[in-house]
Amino acid sequence: MYQYILKRVLLTIPTLIGAAALVFLLMRLIPGDICLVRLGGGGASFDPKALAACHAEIGVDRPMIVQFLEFMWGAARLDFGTSMWSGKPVITEIAARLPISLEIALLATVVAVSIAIPLGTISALKQNSWLDVLVRVFAIGGIATPSFWIGIVSILLVLDISGAITGHPWMPPIDYVPLWKDPIRNLSMVMLPALTVGYRYAAVSMRMTRSAMLEVMQEDYIRTARAKGLINKLIINRHALKNALLPIVTLIGIEFAFLIGGLVVTEQVFNLNGVGRLFVQAVQNQDYTLTQALVMLTVAVFVFTNLAVDLLYGWLDPRIRFN
Amino acid sequence: MSTTVADPDAIDLRPPLLSRILRFCRRQPLGTFGLALVILIAITGIFAEELAPYNPTANDFAAMTEAPSIDHWLGTDQFGRDLLSRIIYGARTALIVGLSSAFVGGSLGLVLGVGSAYFGGMIDMIMQRVFDIVMAFPLIILALAIVSIFGTGVQNVIIAITIPLIPRCARVVRSAALVIREVPYVDAARACGFGAPRIILRHMVPNVMAPFLIMVTAFVGQAILAEASLSYLGLGVQEPVPAWGLMLQGGAEEYASTAPWIAIFPGVAIMLSVLGINLFGDALRDTLDPKLRDR
Repeated sequence: MYQYILKRVLLTIPTLIGAAALVFLLMRLIPGDICLVRLGGGGASFDPKALAACHAEIGVDRPMIVQFLEFMWGAARLDFGTSMWSGKPVITEIAARLPISLEIALLATVVAVSIAIPLGTISALKQNSWLDVLVRVFAIGGIATPSFWIGIVSILLVLDISGAITGHPWMPPIDYVPLWKDPIRNLSMVMLPALTVGYRYAAVSMRMTRSAMLEVMQEDYIRTARAKGLINKLIINRHALKNALLPIVTLIGIEFAFLIGGLVVTEQVFNLNGVGRLFVQAVQNQDYTLTQALVMLTVAVFVFTNLAVDLLYGWLDPRIRFN
Repeated sequence: MSTTVADPDAIDLRPPLLSRILRFCRRQPLGTFGLALVILIAITGIFAEELAPYNPTANDFAAMTEAPSIDHWLGTDQFGRDLLSRIIYGARTALIVGLSSAFVGGSLGLVLGVGSAYFGGMIDMIMQRVFDIVMAFPLIILALAIVSIFGTGVQNVIIAITIPLIPRCARVVRSAALVIREVPYVDAARACGFGAPRIILRHMVPNVMAPFLIMVTAFVGQAILAEASLSYLGLGVQEPVPAWGLMLQGGAEEYASTAPWIAIFPGVAIMLSVLGINLFGDALRDTLDPKLRDR
């Protein structure tokens, strides 16, 4: 098992280095001189000394390979330099916005898993019934609907319903309060975005659960379990669901990693100051130190989530562990 | 006495196209519904000039945020622009971005995936690691990073969405091409002295068309959603070009309680088009890959 873990951990290193190289090159492809944009953004004249100082400050006057090695060394120590827009350390900017994004991502996962696995299983067990059709329509609707539009419509519904009931339209709070300080205020702020993101996540996972369960239910060992006279509940929980979990866990892991992408848009809808919104602001402000750090963060989340899923495989399926 | 022997190559054993289409419709009612939606959106986009009742970019300050009526079937936005006309023209933008990104990204992925499988060895290993790296970036994140380099606008949005789609197609096509590489006719082509480009393009590519078509269909929906998201963020298609995502930016939230139609109709257009493409794609997958039927 230790060999398996070590092998998987070592495999993440080349992917991270490759992603860092790609991010580094992408950011160097931005046309024009970033210092010219910074100094003469308003069309004003600038001092050539200031330009040279700016080049030295962000390090673009050094050879590309030196810049890359410095970037890599900084990334290894979680030091991505300072934001070109705010002047604050990039890591401080990200750390301030990370808790809210992480909370929404985790809540969305809880929402997705608690909807997807039971509904996907029921849908497979009642194949081609009206319930199955309903679940499939719900799933395909979730995949086809943009999450930001679900967000807009949910705000609209909350405004209308609360206005009709209380006479005062209710809006979620804007300032983030940690869960342990004021749970009600915190949840009333993050619940709607989590449900919005979770719906799409649930839809994708539900389709996978249904598909995996349909496949497993046709296996010989299920027929054997039935022939032994086991009750349906035991067959589903002990034999079918456990074997169907592998592809479901993979998908949940991959979707969790891609949640950051979904949050970019959802945080904009709900005016939340999370990592996703910071990303959009970084791109809009041409703040490439911040952009490259955020892209690296997303890739790192993806790589480490995949690693966690792979390690979970070993625990779920002993064949993987021993081969 | 001479007898005429029919050329076996000239005999087409497949049923006529019309009966194949009818069989598809009978076996895949949901897919047929999806295809009908796709055709409807395509016709709307192609004949936008003839179908739109108003100029989609013309402001009418006397008719701002007007509710749906006989004059404006879907109402007007905060600048008095007719929503129906903007949605009709938006279909064109969505189709241009969706189809070009999906076909260019898919085709490049097809050639790279088949090439990677054909050459194998070191080339395959390097290409797989590059695909791994690019696929570690969520589509919208990589698209945003590319937009930050090239800037906004329809063309740049197409580039930004195309690049992340390439490895996604290449990965799937490669696995199908690995099987094709081992079949005798590829060996025969090699023995005849054909070059790699000919073997890849003439012998291998046509045989991996099923997974390719399934991927490309899914990509069209993903590209439409990505374009809508980028435009909604203000980093995609720019005003005054009518685009569904752009229509949901700004006004949609600001006027959510007083003029909800601004927020509702463009979203319904996005949802119906992606739904149509997904339903058709699922049916296509079931038809082309019988192993997946009944799942």
